[in-house]
Amino acid sequence: MTATVFRWREPSILPGFGLALGITVTALSLVVLIPLAGLFIKAASAGPADIWAVATSPRTLAALKLSFLGALFAASINAVFGLILAWVLVRYDFPGKRLIDAAVDLPFALPTAVAGISLAAIYAPNGWVGGLLAPYDIKVAYTPLGVMVALIFIGLPFVVRTIQPVLEELPADIEEAAALLGASRWRTVFSVLLPPVLPALLTGFVLAFARAVGEYGSVIFIAGNVPMVSEIAPLLIVIRLEQFDYAGAAVVATIMLLLSFALILLVNLIQASARRRFGDV
Amino acid sequence: MSVAVTIESVEKRFQNFPALRGVSLDIQPGELVALLGPSGSGKTTLLRVIAGLEQAERGRVLFGETDTRDLSLRERRIGFVFQHYALFKTMSVAENIAFGLKSRPRAERPNPAEIKKRVSDLLELIQLPGLEKRYPSQLSGGQRQRIALARALAIEPRVLLLDEPFGALDAKVRKDLRAWLRQLHQRTGHTTVFVTHDQEEALELADRVAILHDGRLEQVGSPDDVYDHPATPFICQFLGDANHLPVKVVGSQAFFQDRPVLGGLRQNLGGPASLYVRPQHLRIVDDAPLALPGVVEHLRRNGPLRRAEVAVEGLSKRLDVDLASQVAPAIGERIRLRITHGNLFAAA
Repeated sequence: MTATVFRWREPSILPGFGLALGITVTALSLVVLIPLAGLFIKAASAGPADIWAVATSPRTLAALKLSFLGALFAASINAVFGLILAWVLVRYDFPGKRLIDAAVDLPFALPTAVAGISLAAIYAPNGWVGGLLAPYDIKVAYTPLGVMVALIFIGLPFVVRTIQPVLEELPADIEEAAALLGASRWRTVFSVLLPPVLPALLTGFVLAFARAVGEYGSVIFIAGNVPMVSEIAPLLIVIRLEQFDYAGAAVVATIMLLLSFALILLVNLIQASARRRFGDV
Repeated sequence: MSVAVTIESVEKRFQNFPALRGVSLDIQPGELVALLGPSGSGKTTLLRVIAGLEQAERGRVLFGETDTRDLSLRERRIGFVFQHYALFKTMSVAENIAFGLKSRPRAERPNPAEIKKRVSDLLELIQLPGLEKRYPSQLSGGQRQRIALARALAIEPRVLLLDEPFGALDAKVRKDLRAWLRQLHQRTGHTTVFVTHDQEEALELADRVAILHDGRLEQVGSPDDVYDHPATPFICQFLGDANHLPVKVVGSQAFFQDRPVLGGLRQNLGGPASLYVRPQHLRIVDDAPLALPGVVEHLRRNGPLRRAEVAVEGLSKRLDVDLASQVAPAIGERIRLRITHGNLFAAA
């Protein structure tokens, strides 16, 4: 009797599954899974009492709240503004269109510190924009509002670039069909054109949100970093590290990780169910 | 409900390309008209001008007595079925069909119960009852086609326009839907215009066929009319098959290379002309005064017909000849052909 050698059931007659999966798992382990596991182990080394103390300290809670609510707010603003921007870029032709199209990618390319310093300079009370707002007693730089501005800046391209291809492929005839059926422009846009774009908009929203939660470089220059007011969670982690409180830093990091993962998973599930329902016509 | 559509010398150009060069056409209320032509002939452009999706540069389109330029897209009340159906994929079948009714201003909008009733009536009409909750992605091509038609009919259109209604379907479904659409038209009686490049479809379905070529209307008439009495050489060759013979007309006879091939002409042409002969109008004869000698070079099956390709001296293209089933010449056989009917046009 020959022993049956265990084999993965090949999903296709074409070879390559084993190799591709092997490379994927190895790379993912080296780059993502092992470092994250290390993070969990480090956090666990603090012991339950310490973990609870760090997790519930007012400063940690304030930082997490600012990071997550700020990221959600920034991603929402980006979803609306990014959608309009993508719409304009796809639907209309105007001089300078290529220039604006290229400029959308700048937040991807610019070192975040540069972005942070520029934003801080412009939005400071004596800056170009900050100076305009100062008479109305609106302060942007060195406040939570400044944090949002930085987060909006770095998240914008994610929304625009995920929506753009979907808008481009939207068939022109559905818009004409809606108009001939007597739909107002408003109804055409909101019930015919936007629903098919929604899954892409959600993806863009999640990407912008994920990026904003983890953003560090640009925020710290404009935030002012006042503990309990404008101190973001990633900065708190760095501060803990500088104080050689590695376990404390790991605890904050782990909380961020779990919250982010839960949120992203939720949105992905919503999307998957939408896809099952509407398919691609 | 159905209105007459009057198209008055409509002109339309895209950049420098003239898509329509002065097209006029009268369509009676309740008539089913096919716009037939090769691709690039302007047939879809004409349909879109009637719908108001394109603006004509010159000329106008009237619905009854009303100039359509005075009407908004909603006021035109046009049922338009797009080539790729343009169903809203995020809406269920019921929502798709109800879209037009729900888009009406509040005062004219039927209440939800009425809308529901109308949707199920329409699904009954298109023979797809009970599909309300499905999404377009869950339907076959033929079903989508009919849903698109139901959506167009839901607004009680004054004119029904269909752009290549069967273009994206396979041959069998196409045939079934064609017969079904004919019946539906008889029952509902909408003024209907449809675009097609398929002559068989146009001839079988339409009350009248309008043939477009290079942005001009070449001929309008009943299917029998345009098939039996083509007005131009283009239509001779576009509708069905036709052999082309360059001839010279003297008196009442047409000569091909000094050999009389067709007599009894009443047209007063004289001089060089083009003679178009359909394969079924060439008969193999033993001997006749007006006969064309040739050699059978190839035999082939063309659906129910058998067809011979006959080489004739002085013609670069072989003649297609339909064979009566009992006569079967061999390849290489010398035969004589008699032209029983032909269409003659003065040489351009």
